[in-house]
Amino acid sequence: MTVSIISVMFSAVISNNIVLSQYQGICPFLGVSKKMSSAVGMGFAVIFVLAISSVFCWLAYNYILLPLEIEYLYTMAFILVIASLVQLLEMILKRFSPTLYSALGVYLPLITTNCAILGTANSAVVFNSYNFLYTFGVSIATGIGFLFAICLLAGVRLKTDKADIPACFKGFPITLVTAAIMAMAFAGFSGILAG
Amino acid sequence: MNKQKVKETLLGGFIKNNPTFVLVLGTCPTIAMTTSLFQAFAMGVATTFVLIFSNLFVSLLRNVIPDKVRIPCYIVIISTFVIIVQMVMRKYLPDLYGTMQAFIALIVVNCIILARAESFASCNKPLLSMLDGLSMGLGFTCALSLIGIVREFFAGGAFAGMAIPGFPAMSGVGASAFGFIVFGCMMALFNFVMQKINEKKERAKRAVLPLSTGEVEPMEAVK
Repeated sequence: MTVSIISVMFSAVISNNIVLSQYQGICPFLGVSKKMSSAVGMGFAVIFVLAISSVFCWLAYNYILLPLEIEYLYTMAFILVIASLVQLLEMILKRFSPTLYSALGVYLPLITTNCAILGTANSAVVFNSYNFLYTFGVSIATGIGFLFAICLLAGVRLKTDKADIPACFKGFPITLVTAAIMAMAFAGFSGILAG
Repeated sequence: MNKQKVKETLLGGFIKNNPTFVLVLGTCPTIAMTTSLFQAFAMGVATTFVLIFSNLFVSLLRNVIPDKVRIPCYIVIISTFVIIVQMVMRKYLPDLYGTMQAFIALIVVNCIILARAESFASCNKPLLSMLDGLSMGLGFTCALSLIGIVREFFAGGAFAGMAIPGFPAMSGVGASAFGFIVFGCMMALFNFVMQKINEKKERAKRAVLPLSTGEVEPMEAVK
């Protein structure tokens, strides 16, 4: 591992943005970006769950699946870790931090089926086999990248909702085209790390 | 199980409840795995397989699974079939598996599968649920393949891997952003066609109604 953790994190936020260049987590990206407040809530909920779940997935993979030689079950193990963690977090937040629960609570159940969470755990833990610190850093950076992208999209959607566009483009189609233009802009960053 | 319901279920996935263009579920593979027709088709078939069997088993176990822990139970059923797909593909299609690895694993969290388990299979009979899985899966496969054809044509000047003479490859178009644009424009086209069809139906209805009842006319005039 010659690349420093800073550059890996930077690439996870900007040039390898989880939504706009890896196409993961597009469902909430399109679905929860109607209002800025919900976009921010979803973004922080994703950072929160991503950071905790990838740590637990790393532990499960390296201390349970590998020693038992059942690493082919990683998909099932990770999704179970994520689903149970989300449920647990919901209960803990409800009990100990009602303010945080009221801000993030609605988005927590949706996060189980967010591909960004499972996708990041898969790529960091299994495909790239990062060490513990890298996994944690990358997953936080990925979450920040998601927050970044969804907030930008929510900002643009405030404008496109009011614009006079053909009826068949209203709703999802215009949002997808907006996302495409954002992805082009983000693709411009991809040269930074290669050079 | 009456005939009308079977027909509705079987055709629902293609147009009325098309998972890609109408329900807008499972958008991640729709954008990531449609750079070529073959890849898109393979993704669709893999999803269809998981959809059919997860629907069958969710439906079989619908009276056994307690309501409170149903989501984890569904996820275990779904991931079992995803692991089977992974194993089969790794053995028999290693090259394809190499490029699709990340998104085959993500079939587990494809919203279509969980949504059908939750909204259809958990309250319908096994055979009907399998039919629903088949129809949804084929609707998904068709949509993905269509997007794959368009993207492959523009990006590589090819159809199903064969180069079409006279159409040069546009390298920039193959890049990330193009998937979003093609998906957006095709959804708009789908909406446009559906709108036209609905208008036509409406007009046909209006043309028939005043003759048959005679009392619809004043209502229409007020409108």
